[in-house]
Amino acid sequence: MSDFLQALPNHTFLQNALLAGILASIGCGMMGTYVVVKRIGFLAGGIAHAVLGGMGIAYYFGRSPVGGALGAALLAALIIGWVNLRGQEHEDTLIAALWSLGMAIGILFISQTPGYNVDLMSYLFGNILMVPRADLFLMSGVDAVIVLSVLLFRKQFVAVAFDEEFAEVRGVSVTFFYLLLLCLVALTVVLLIQVVGLILVIALLTLPAAIAAQYVRSVGRMMWVAMGLGAMFTTMGLAFSYEPNLPAGPSIILLAGATYLLSTLVTAIRRR
Amino acid sequence: MTVPSVLDLEHVSFSYPGASSAILEDVSLSVQPGEFLGIVGPNGGGKTTLLKLILGLLEPSSGRVRVNGRNPALARRQIGYVPQTATFLRDFPICVQEAVLLGRLGRTRLLGGYTAHDRRIAQQAMEKTEMLTLRRQPLGNLSGGQLQRALIARALASEPEVLILDEPTANIDLRGERDIFDLLKALQAEQTIIVVSHDIAFISKYVTRVACLNRTLICHSTEAATSAVIEQLYGKSVHVIRHAH
Repeated sequence: MSDFLQALPNHTFLQNALLAGILASIGCGMMGTYVVVKRIGFLAGGIAHAVLGGMGIAYYFGRSPVGGALGAALLAALIIGWVNLRGQEHEDTLIAALWSLGMAIGILFISQTPGYNVDLMSYLFGNILMVPRADLFLMSGVDAVIVLSVLLFRKQFVAVAFDEEFAEVRGVSVTFFYLLLLCLVALTVVLLIQVVGLILVIALLTLPAAIAAQYVRSVGRMMWVAMGLGAMFTTMGLAFSYEPNLPAGPSIILLAGATYLLSTLVTAIRRR
Repeated sequence: MTVPSVLDLEHVSFSYPGASSAILEDVSLSVQPGEFLGIVGPNGGGKTTLLKLILGLLEPSSGRVRVNGRNPALARRQIGYVPQTATFLRDFPICVQEAVLLGRLGRTRLLGGYTAHDRRIAQQAMEKTEMLTLRRQPLGNLSGGQLQRALIARALASEPEVLILDEPTANIDLRGERDIFDLLKALQAEQTIIVVSHDIAFISKYVTRVACLNRTLICHSTEAATSAVIEQLYGKSVHVIRHAH
């Protein structure tokens, strides 16, 4: 911990990592809250894993993996959302299909890439210490889109998350706002992949909001608490993992998961 | 009939895709301003389907639905809708006041939060339903009767011309049921009310007219339901009226 604090002013990569964690927690607090109250964590997991397809293709063609991730995440979100709204296919089956299809495509493309020197592990488990400066700008942009959308459409998002039928009757376009919500979740997933990698994304997306839900009773307050917890987990995870030279992503998730379990236990005892 | 109808159904039929028989057949019904109409009938008789047609959530297979003379999909913002309580998650983190404010959607600005005007209207709706003191309570903490009042307040916040309630007393005890209908009776001075129920005996004391629905509109009477009508609606074997279905 003290090593981390000493190293922080001297190392740009640590400052970048810290900033990446904070930026990720903004999107994670806001969209994670909707994911938790709307109970679409599995759907978000599907989007996260399908993203590897886009990353692999982008990598094969020598483009930025983040761009591929964005494209794949949005595409997966729209496919799942559209099929879900039509209600003709089993949603969980479709999510499972996209989940594994995306990963299969990603692995195939990465394996065929000349050189094959990509660190697959950093896609899967994240590498917050290697976040380039350009990605920080991209993350800020994604955060800006999320914050602006939530500020503008918070009434509609709550209506669609709470009671779709009533929202429809009040003239809210449930199709539009549900798909917009899923697209923002997709953006958030890409944001968080920078920090913890695609396998651990669901944990960082849902755990801070799930902990918040145990203590506060409004969507707005859940967002603030979840953002604070997200920032705390990423910062502390980074700090704790620095000296023993542990991977940062899993350390962050371990902290978040342990806090969630402890909080659930405390809540259960309190309610008895 | 010089007064324009709030609601007009002309020979409306509906069947769900793939279903072999129609759930509604040749239903014609007209509702005037200020009426308190009860739609009764056995479960599966098409009551909720009829509501969905009126709300424009479903399109009739044939016939025509008009709300204030307009297509329901366009006119449904003028409807205050109180769904059966099961349509949302009880543990959703929302308090009474926030839930009531959702009724302002379609009436308020598109972007940003609610206006001071919205909050005033929501407050009035909570006053009318005696929910003002409970406005900060999470929805999940309310009793069945309180939840129903909150949902009625949400519908009133839409400043509706017609209030439509789907089985408002399905999960409430007898006393709560009476309270809800007394409230509706008081609201009738200001708006047209349509309430769907399977409990014909109870609502006939409150409503100005009963429409009996079992696939077709069997009766359409201004008087309280007679036993002959109930027999026709529910079948001859029915002797006890309450909860006979």
